[in-house]
Amino acid sequence: MSDETVLVAKDLSKHYSVSRGVFKQAASLTALSDASFSLQRKKTLAVVGESGCGKSTLAQLVTMISPPTSGSLKINGQEIAGADKDVLQGLRSQVQIVFQNPYGSLNPRQKIGGALMEPLLMNTKLSKAECREKAEATINQVGLRPEHFERYPHMFSGGQRQRIAIARALMLEPEILVLDEPVSALDVSIQAQILNLLLELQERLDLAYLFISHDLSVVKHIADEVMVMYLGKPVEQCARDELFANPQHPYTRALLSSTPIPVPGAKKERIYLTGEIPSPIEPPSGCTFHPRCPQCFDTCKTTLPMLEAKQSRLTACHAVN
Amino acid sequence: MALLEIENLTVEFATASGRFKAVDKVSLSVDSGDVLAIVGESGSGKSVAMLAVMGLLPWTATVTADRLRFTGKDLLTLSKRERRRTIGKDITMIFQEPMTSLNPCFTIGFQISEAVKTHIKMTRSQRRDRVIEILEQVGIPAPEKRLSAFPHQLSGGMNQRVMIAMSIACNPKLIIADEPTTALDVTIQAQILELLLGLQRGKDMALVLITHDMGVVAETAQRVAVQYAGQKIEEQPVQQLFEHPHHPYTAALLSALPERATSKKLPSIPGVVPGQFDRPNGCLFSPRCEHATKVCHATEPKQQDEQQGLVRCHYPLSNGAPSNHPGVAS
Repeated sequence: MSDETVLVAKDLSKHYSVSRGVFKQAASLTALSDASFSLQRKKTLAVVGESGCGKSTLAQLVTMISPPTSGSLKINGQEIAGADKDVLQGLRSQVQIVFQNPYGSLNPRQKIGGALMEPLLMNTKLSKAECREKAEATINQVGLRPEHFERYPHMFSGGQRQRIAIARALMLEPEILVLDEPVSALDVSIQAQILNLLLELQERLDLAYLFISHDLSVVKHIADEVMVMYLGKPVEQCARDELFANPQHPYTRALLSSTPIPVPGAKKERIYLTGEIPSPIEPPSGCTFHPRCPQCFDTCKTTLPMLEAKQSRLTACHAVN
Repeated sequence: MALLEIENLTVEFATASGRFKAVDKVSLSVDSGDVLAIVGESGSGKSVAMLAVMGLLPWTATVTADRLRFTGKDLLTLSKRERRRTIGKDITMIFQEPMTSLNPCFTIGFQISEAVKTHIKMTRSQRRDRVIEILEQVGIPAPEKRLSAFPHQLSGGMNQRVMIAMSIACNPKLIIADEPTTALDVTIQAQILELLLGLQRGKDMALVLITHDMGVVAETAQRVAVQYAGQKIEEQPVQQLFEHPHHPYTAALLSALPERATSKKLPSIPGVVPGQFDRPNGCLFSPRCEHATKVCHATEPKQQDEQQGLVRCHYPLSNGAPSNHPGVAS
């Protein structure tokens, strides 16, 4: 493993059991199955998919909020699966998360200064004055000023709140930042500011990003590598340029063609997917995408395609040679 | 005569901290067969302007306009009875969150037939057939079975189809769609937009699409009105707007899109949209504008002619450069 790799995940899976009433046996819901990837310093892995595809479950596993059902997850060479509390406690400061909604992720009764200093007070033995000094340095980095310390979250705009959330995630000097739809609640002009800030911070602090999004235009801009997921499974995984230039999996193609592009009159082939994402409790047989797939043939209905190296990428589809 | 004529529409809210102008002298006109997109960031007054047309604003709002007419009828002086006959029949609205705009206590069949019952005289069985017919039109599979489904039993995309069904139930002349696809996934968004446009073309209705997504605008609209802080600052046919934006804000908004980026660093607009207490003098965009001069900070710009995209700007852009600009920004 090279020095640059900070996280390696192998066959990561997460199942939840869902109660179906008193007289029925609980069903097993596969939220994520067999995700393998690695994160490098200064690199961004983007995870793309529609709602219910397991993006946020992945974020929960990587941030150690919930343990994986099976598979291995190594952060800086240290195994997470089955690790005890103390190990996890130490590693948690390495991985921080920024949530989608900056209105919901900040405590409305806590001043900004308090919110920023809290991670330090919990995890380090620094004195209060030292904490404050560090918090002031961090708040400068995200483009806010120390006089904002005594203010409450409601006094800030959405973009500023997202900056505060990013600053809070940076307080413990993490190596990995999980960004769960960080710009989808923001307006276009503010979105550009936050994306610029994220790129600048990555360059300066050698961060590895796990960027979760459903917006392909943002992903195209920020990602180095992309993983497309459908119903809890990665279906295509490769470098960004290759994915956007030459998508292989029919789902990736449909996603790309459904994304509206801001060029009026641009002629493009539109692939309309019929139907909607099936329930993950009773996923379709064979390839889970087959009921909506325009290229579906008999094998797809019975056999689950494996994620294999095809066309210089990893893809899970029978139709790709 | 245009279908919907709006001239100098102003909406003010009485808040605990004084009056707040949410919509400031907006003029629009929509003809049947038009697809007009209203674009703007949050707080630009795009929804409030259309809610004023629908008469759905709370009592704290004061609506004034030189002209607010629908098919020649003045919407401001319309009696309550007349208004109830028009709203929901000839003008209908689709909202952003289908899950919260449908009533969770009633079946979708009941909710759609309620819209029909209010406006069209039909027997119960005729109404049932009509509802099934509309559900078919909006692409809901097995409509007879869906009549007795509750909103929570359907997905977001299906619920939005139900909302659309409800809005086309009485063959309206104008549909106002307020961010109809923002809460949906992209593959579903493509389906819903195609459905809306198909219905619009098939029935020769007018469609007003409120959105903040420039991609959606480019793919659906014929004409675009750009709003900023309550004002309409530019209006052009879609092709021209994307190729030759005349207002610096429109230009900045377009170049902030990741799709149009030429380098890793996106050109962003500094600052934020002004709120109730920091409304600048002069041009509302002047604090964030790269071309702003003393004139911009002091006097409010007048609306330019159609050639200049009806922009409210002292120095409208032509080919990316401000015209008649003194050359020194300050």
